[in-house]
Amino acid sequence: MLSPVDMPEPPTDAFASRSALCRITGLFLAALARLISGASVRWIACQPDTCQRVYFSNHTSHLDALLIWSSLPLAVRELTRPVAAKDYWTRGFVRRWLALEVFHALLIDRTDIKVHQSPIDLMLWEIGSTKSLIVFPEGSRSVTGEVGEFKSGLYYLSKKRPELELVPVHVDNLNRVLPRGEFLPVPLLSCISFGPPIWLERGEPKVDFLCRARRAVLALKDS
Amino acid sequence: MNEVRTVALVCGVLALLSAATAVGQFLKRHPDRGMDPAAVRTFNLRLRGWWIMCTMLAAAFWLGTTATITLFGLVSFWALREFITLTPTRLGDHRALFWVFFLFTPLHYLLVGLNRYEIFSVFLPVYATLFVLARVAFAGDYKRFLERTAKIQAGLVVCVYCLSFAPALLQLSLNDDPSATGRSANFRLLFFMILLVQFADCMQYVWSRMLGRRLVAAAVSSSRTWEGLIGSATSTSLLAAFLWWAAPPFKPWEAALAGGVLAIMGFAGGMTMSAIKRDRGVKDYGTLVAGHGGVLDRIDSLCFAAPVFYHMTLLITGNAGPSLIP
Repeated sequence: MLSPVDMPEPPTDAFASRSALCRITGLFLAALARLISGASVRWIACQPDTCQRVYFSNHTSHLDALLIWSSLPLAVRELTRPVAAKDYWTRGFVRRWLALEVFHALLIDRTDIKVHQSPIDLMLWEIGSTKSLIVFPEGSRSVTGEVGEFKSGLYYLSKKRPELELVPVHVDNLNRVLPRGEFLPVPLLSCISFGPPIWLERGEPKVDFLCRARRAVLALKDS
Repeated sequence: MNEVRTVALVCGVLALLSAATAVGQFLKRHPDRGMDPAAVRTFNLRLRGWWIMCTMLAAAFWLGTTATITLFGLVSFWALREFITLTPTRLGDHRALFWVFFLFTPLHYLLVGLNRYEIFSVFLPVYATLFVLARVAFAGDYKRFLERTAKIQAGLVVCVYCLSFAPALLQLSLNDDPSATGRSANFRLLFFMILLVQFADCMQYVWSRMLGRRLVAAAVSSSRTWEGLIGSATSTSLLAAFLWWAAPPFKPWEAALAGGVLAIMGFAGGMTMSAIKRDRGVKDYGTLVAGHGGVLDRIDSLCFAAPVFYHMTLLITGNAGPSLIP
């Protein structure tokens, strides 16, 4: 397995020099998503920052990643890449263009995970030492709005880069705005809460850490 | 003549608001006067709401009837948004809700704008209700069916249907009274109603605090008392009688009656929304989602008062609009 250090240098930042059309589409879609979901943004014991972070959130709707991305200040948004499923986001020209050029998503192949290059290594290589990530540790969208068990990716990510700030994010009510399997939104009000960062503690077992991360997300729901 | 009345009314309200703001700021700066700081804060927040309301109304009036109806349409849309957000719905309601928000609400306001009373008075209570019932049934989820459809219908009626009677006042013909021709008379009528409803709200609070002994329903609201209701109805009647010249078709005693009825309806609206909020365990529609103003908290009394005032005006002018009487 290659460690990030052995890999070639991260790709040069082509995203920063993307076309005006991509920029405008990004701004427009972010504004539209905010408008439709009536999202209010709360930062609880945490401030927006351009430092390297991993935002991990519950996953209830297709709008989640877009909405978290659009809740960040512009300067932070430029540096933040949502992690998304490759099989879904490369289907069709528009989707691929949106994912790659507009949101600068980091596409992960769910169907074909190779041993010599795990998704975690790919993510760490892609973000280099400046970019941040938006991940959904539940893996797939929940239907009921309950927060499911976390998959272990967050743990391995943190184990390899223990200095990364892990920021819990809770997305509330968005599953009613655009539930799984629907394509027309109902414009209810939703709320996005960013919480205080957590880190993997030295020697902390995987199960304990994932439990703690999940609790950090859940704690934001009631605060 | 008309213009003089409008200017008098607007200047009177502005003077009142300015005076109240001055008092509010004075009390805020001098916490040693023995006033409850929480009450002062509530008072100042309310005042801010009124200033915003006045500014928006003034802008809409200045832009004309269409702009005012659009403004109320947007307020309805936002209020319905808060209402449904607070109400638990199921996945099976999703598509019905989509049409409720994006088809029925705008279409209703379009009908109000076209002054088609004979259609807009039944469009939401009949056709939207039938649609919601059928659409939810088609979605295949029968669990608590009546409860769910009733919630959507209640939201539509209170937030959209009832509120739309406020801008519908602009479309009434008040021609029986020769001094009341022109658009400014209609705008004054709308302003008169909003002013009275807000005043009644305020008086209810004042009387409840000063004399309030007997709560109307302790489980629903811990501040609304019978004394507040009676006091508010009386003082609003007096103010309405005093301002009768501002509302074109009303004689003084009719204005007084309208004032009392508006106060009672506004009170009923507040109680109803309190009951819904209590059931859902929140205090304000605004705190439900942090950062939002809570539009429904501001307009609950107006929603209940508007249709009654509209129909009172119809009765008094004896003119049910061109389309109701063939």
